[in-house]
Amino acid sequence: MATLVSHPDEVRVISKRFGQGATDIDRYLQLDGYKAVQKALAMQPDVIINEVKSSGLRGRGGAGFSTGMKWSFVPKQSAKPKYVLCNGDESEPGTCKDRLIFEHDPHSVIEGVMIAALAVGSHTGYIYIRGEYRYLLVIMQKAIKDAYAKGFLGKNIFGSGYDLDIYWHGGAGAYEVGEESALMESLEGKRGIPRIRPPFPAVVGLWGGPTVINNAETLAAVPHIILGGADWYAKLGTPKNGGTRLFCLAGNLNKPGVYELPMGYNLKKMIYDVGGGIANGRSLKAVVPGGSSTPVLLPEEIDVAMDFDAVAKTGSMLGSGGVVVLDDTACIVKFALRTMKFYRHESCGWCIPCREGTDWLEKTLIRFHSGGGVNKDIDNMYYLSENMLGKTFCPLGDAAAMPTMAFVKKFRKEFEDHLDGKPCPFEKEVAIERSPVMAH
Amino acid sequence: MRFSEEFETRFAAMLTHYPTKRSALVPTLLYAQDEVGFISDEVIAELAQRLDLTELEVRNVISYYSMLTTKPRGKYNVQVCTNIACMLRGGEELLEHCEKKLGIGHKGTTPDGLFSLEEVECIGACSWAPAVQVNYDFHENLTNADLDRVLDEYRNKANH
Repeated sequence: MATLVSHPDEVRVISKRFGQGATDIDRYLQLDGYKAVQKALAMQPDVIINEVKSSGLRGRGGAGFSTGMKWSFVPKQSAKPKYVLCNGDESEPGTCKDRLIFEHDPHSVIEGVMIAALAVGSHTGYIYIRGEYRYLLVIMQKAIKDAYAKGFLGKNIFGSGYDLDIYWHGGAGAYEVGEESALMESLEGKRGIPRIRPPFPAVVGLWGGPTVINNAETLAAVPHIILGGADWYAKLGTPKNGGTRLFCLAGNLNKPGVYELPMGYNLKKMIYDVGGGIANGRSLKAVVPGGSSTPVLLPEEIDVAMDFDAVAKTGSMLGSGGVVVLDDTACIVKFALRTMKFYRHESCGWCIPCREGTDWLEKTLIRFHSGGGVNKDIDNMYYLSENMLGKTFCPLGDAAAMPTMAFVKKFRKEFEDHLDGKPCPFEKEVAIERSPVMAH
Repeated sequence: MRFSEEFETRFAAMLTHYPTKRSALVPTLLYAQDEVGFISDEVIAELAQRLDLTELEVRNVISYYSMLTTKPRGKYNVQVCTNIACMLRGGEELLEHCEKKLGIGHKGTTPDGLFSLEEVECIGACSWAPAVQVNYDFHENLTNADLDRVLDEYRNKANH
């Protein structure tokens, strides 16, 4: 069970039932549970979609696409069944928020899937939870069972004449499956290899049917929007960035934890006030603002509003809400290496730029970090990353390339300090490793 | 081959959840692994037959997912996260400590078959780093001493 934290600046919407025993369906009902879906049942699908559109809710998985807009792409008439798929494969390093939602408020996800289904005219939903989160899958299985027992799911939900089934699905360890097309492959019982788009899932998705895929946190926000209204939700955040989100503060902080803050909350304040500042009296070196795939920010770049548009202006991304803070004892080359080791491990190998690029970058960084680097490696790493961008079926290649380019660009001096057989300035002993230098 | 009653009930229910049988494959493989300890040739043959797949198709899926293993491992699989958030808070030191304490490396198993060790990618415990998963249980905010206690608890559990 993950520890809960709190801070006076928090605005509790998604997390308002955390620690309240809401995994129990009767307790969830006491806390306004399943009211939103009943309200939605009396609304026209277009009205639901417009409400979500004007709430400014954007995808909490990291891409930040308008949720209402995504729903509106699903064709009204379809020969094949339509599906709603909740993405709970949370695996972006730095991110641990969906875990808390599933642990404390699983019914809010179910209710979110239900409202999405009503909005797009779907009668089947799936909630996919990563394999490592077995205890959460158990919680979700019970929540779904309880919802069926109350007649909230199945035939004629709430006596409305609408049939809706929701099923759980468990993964078995794969970061890439968090990418929407790979997620569908995995649910279909295959390797999680991405699909080429177009066609987009909203038109051709699961088993060829139109499919809405949303992150668990996005779906958990939907019932609150339906009950509280789009205006209320939109005003919690900044223009075009409605609501709140769960920020996962991690790394060298005094008070790491998952905090729910309004969209647009200042990053500097998030680190020094909410997160309690840098641990052990050290100073700030860098921040990864939204999960491992987002380009690193320097201390002078952190006076920024944490919404999708403001962070994009800094050249980085708001991403998945995983804020990883590095103090001045952290070696950037090593950090870049660990990041790349991850992407190399998770690359499915389907697209050559990603498969070969992550492998070369990892090999170069291993050699570089151990003092075996040569000057041209630095530009080569940048060049190689640049040539991975936008050249793969799914964004895993981009996710590996973008942070690497930022590390090289913003910390060139630190890379140079590792050159010419010099040991890593941040570590006492590193064995020199010599792997081939990339020809370029 | 025989699985538990719980497995069979769940499996039968899952087949009704999807328009195609094969959709049940990934979660079923993990549940089968939990019962057998690893995915044996027998499990592969059985699930292939039940889901109208070839054994090769099943193997093809197994090799994609990092939690699935076709090799036996210890009763308790100690998975130490060393990804960025854990690394910044001592994940690598924890892994090194585990290696010394258990006398095994990545994907190794102790001779008594009690523990296996694995260096894993992000397990979603970033705000409570460094973190370790033993089988499915999370252990968070760990020091070396905490980890010793955790391992001792598992050892005691196995001896009783």
